[in-house]
Amino acid sequence: MSKTHVTTKVNGDEVEFLCDPRETLLDVLRDRLHLTGAKEGCGTGDCGACSVTVDGRLVCSCLMLGVEAEGKEIGTVEGIAEGETLHPLQQKFIEYAALQCGICTPGILVATKALLEKNPDPTESEVRYWLAGNLCRCTGYDKIIRAVMDTAAEMREAS
Amino acid sequence: MALDSSKTTGFKYVGTRPNRPDGLDKVTGRAKFGADAYAPGMLHAAIKRSPHAHARIIKIDTSKALAMEGVKAVVTRADFATGLEGEFGDILENVMAGEKALYDGHAVAAVAATSALIARDAIKAIEVDYEILPHVTDVDAAMQAGAPVIRAGAADASVPEGLHPNVVRYYESGHGDVEAGFAEADLVVEDHFVTEATHQGYIEPHACLGTLGSDGKGELWCCTQGHWYVQKVCAACLGLETSQLRVTASEIGGGFGGKTTVFIEPVALALSRKANRPVKLVMTRSEVFRASGPTSSTSMDVKIGMKKDGTITAAQGTFRLQGGAFPGAPCEMTAMCAFAPYDLKHVHQVGYDVMSNRPKQAAYRAPGSPMAAFAVESVIDELCGQLGLDPIDTRLKNASREGTRASFGPTWPRIGLVETLEAVKAHPHYVAPLKKGQGRGISCGFWFNHGGETAVSLALSEDGSAQVAVGTPDIGGSRASMALMAAEVLGIPYEDIRVTIADTATLGYNEISHGSRVTYASGLATIKAAEDAVQKLCGRAAAKWGIPEDAVYWEDGYAKPSGPNAGDFEPLHIDEITATMGATGGPICGHFEATPEGAGVSFAAHIVDAEVDPDTGKTSVVRYTVVQDAGKAIHPTYVEGQFQGGAAQGIGWALNEEYIYGADGRLQNAGFLDYRIPVASDLPMIDTVIVEVPNPGHPFGVRGVGETSICPPLAAIANAVSNAVGVRMRQLPMRPSRVLEALESAADG
Ligand code: FES
Ligand code: FES
Repeated sequence: MSKTHVTTKVNGDEVEFLCDPRETLLDVLRDRLHLTGAKEGCGTGDCGACSVTVDGRLVCSCLMLGVEAEGKEIGTVEGIAEGETLHPLQQKFIEYAALQCGICTPGILVATKALLEKNPDPTESEVRYWLAGNLCRCTGYDKIIRAVMDTAAEMREAS
Repeated sequence: MALDSSKTTGFKYVGTRPNRPDGLDKVTGRAKFGADAYAPGMLHAAIKRSPHAHARIIKIDTSKALAMEGVKAVVTRADFATGLEGEFGDILENVMAGEKALYDGHAVAAVAATSALIARDAIKAIEVDYEILPHVTDVDAAMQAGAPVIRAGAADASVPEGLHPNVVRYYESGHGDVEAGFAEADLVVEDHFVTEATHQGYIEPHACLGTLGSDGKGELWCCTQGHWYVQKVCAACLGLETSQLRVTASEIGGGFGGKTTVFIEPVALALSRKANRPVKLVMTRSEVFRASGPTSSTSMDVKIGMKKDGTITAAQGTFRLQGGAFPGAPCEMTAMCAFAPYDLKHVHQVGYDVMSNRPKQAAYRAPGSPMAAFAVESVIDELCGQLGLDPIDTRLKNASREGTRASFGPTWPRIGLVETLEAVKAHPHYVAPLKKGQGRGISCGFWFNHGGETAVSLALSEDGSAQVAVGTPDIGGSRASMALMAAEVLGIPYEDIRVTIADTATLGYNEISHGSRVTYASGLATIKAAEDAVQKLCGRAAAKWGIPEDAVYWEDGYAKPSGPNAGDFEPLHIDEITATMGATGGPICGHFEATPEGAGVSFAAHIVDAEVDPDTGKTSVVRYTVVQDAGKAIHPTYVEGQFQGGAAQGIGWALNEEYIYGADGRLQNAGFLDYRIPVASDLPMIDTVIVEVPNPGHPFGVRGVGETSICPPLAAIANAVSNAVGVRMRQLPMRPSRVLEALESAADG
């Protein structure tokens, strides 16, 4: 099957790739661009491990086709830190031990960053419902929720 | 001087909560998990699976697939070793079906192609002729006369005469005279309980990248809980010499027991050998559900007698475990764990391992124990309710303690059940008022924990920092615990230690990360390896000072002269010794290779408040407290994490999760949409209390903590729901429809 040429931006960098029209954005990110931070936990939109932003909007990259990335701005976990400075969420996730195995972490970081950009002062319930599409099997979510709430408080103070 | 750093108090590093060493990698996306590896010239593989629960394979035609552009190799069972028996024979049969497909999802062929899309298309082009056979997926049905036989001759010598050939192992133990005990009771409750199979539900599907040449040498990268085991199994399945296959464990995206065995790695290697190129193989989520390890489903009968004062007079249990199409359901564990928390004069337990047309069960966090606790602790709750007794006082009255003869035979050493129950009683949660529609449940839980073959090596660098190579994959922060223990012995900062998970070519055999053994056994090995290095450091100081080696001791990172030489020499810091080690005898390393036997058992007790919506039957867990004996918490934050994670998995098992089979023997819910694990909005915060009753079998008192936390939740939640609705819940999961039925039966009754 012939491939389609796509030009897009990933974490601010311009990238071009050829992809099969059946390939998902997640396939392209991982197999063609070797950005393996986004994970495939299900491939069906149920686990959130593949979360990225597309033009600032949170999406499951396993549910979007690679060809649909044409002209868009994609954000992945690899783009969250600025140089050697971690995003406050990344810092707090380490401090709070908000990860055990860490496979869900990239998706959860992308998702919570999108949340805090929309709502800098979420309640615990709002965080829990926002993250209801991001499965974590290890932590029971307790430390994740605490890390997010504390990051939000700290970012509010800093701004 | 034999160095011994054993202690249970006075720690400098152990018990603190530093950031994990691999934290940065894991929050930036650069940690490499199973599916994150690529190799030049790599092919992608896919597996063809049986759509039938039980079928004879008449013919597999791969010609159309092989003719496709981009397809480089196809394998079937004919491409694997022959003549394997026992454990390895079963694993190979599960990895790739031989004469029969034994369950929906059983692998029958595989393809390697230049892209994942081509591999998936090629799978569809493989034609398999099946003769469909009658199937059975229910444990009780599989034991009935006339049930289809999964595999004749699979039963071992433990099975008594006259049982169905699907009963493949039998276990029985106990002591006293249960009939006499029941006769002494004021109340006897006997009940039947059922649990469904659940999946470990790790978010990372099984994934590997294998390279194998016609010279019999191979490299394998995979997500596993035990890469030496993978090495051994793959070598057997492919007819290789074990040492010629080097296995590297990737970061692992959850395992919980489900990655203690082998599913896809031999397939990737067989394809690689045929295509002469690296092959990557990653399971889809539906393959994970259909063909990797769920738990056993169970059918259980438990009978307990109690006096009015709460004394248990006798206990008896029968536990039937459905283990899928192979022997191995942990029926002994279920039976042994069932009454372990209690000091019983009369006790008897029986376990059955029953085969069915389902995927081979795999370990899931304290395999077999949570189901037993569900049945036993439900009956105890019922007895307490009917006799008007306090559930904690009653458990305390009967609790196992040091010197008690365990229900399955041995005498308990120092254990922490009484301390755990007392901590529950003292917790504000236990006496907090409940709202209307809410019920509270408590339960005990028990797990053995395990030691196992362990090798660790520690090398000092010139600057006095240390590299520790361990062989147990880090599932939940164990690198941090290893570094803390090494820091404690060496007397150097936590940050100066780098812990690596070594590949199979680097260390001796390390048993799988299972049985909550990592912090116990690799921890003990790390301590011993550090002591070995310290001994050598002291030797170098002694040589420099010209005094006997045993006249030097180690404190806070310094070699110091002792005894008659005390004060004669300036203490030597570790980096002063390592800076010149090349000239004073060469590299300084410490080693440990042994099989530690002193794993300490652990007990937990959980308190749960559940609220039931009378209109929908939906249960919400509104408050949850975990109390567990950790022996010694090396990194308390990660211990809490284990407690919370086990509780959350238990909540899923109790309320939502189940394998649903259709009449056709096919799994109906092979995805996260229909197999619903708890999400963030389903759960409350999970409170934790770490009890520390040191394990005498570990230098710092560590007990395993990872598994015990899933033992109490099924029962604790069932007790909470039962108390909320006023009907005993005897079947899991307590999904809304089932709770509604219970509410209706209560209204009718
Ligand atoms: S992989 Fe995309 S939601 Fe699970
Ligand atoms: S930390 Fe393992 S799935 Fe979230």
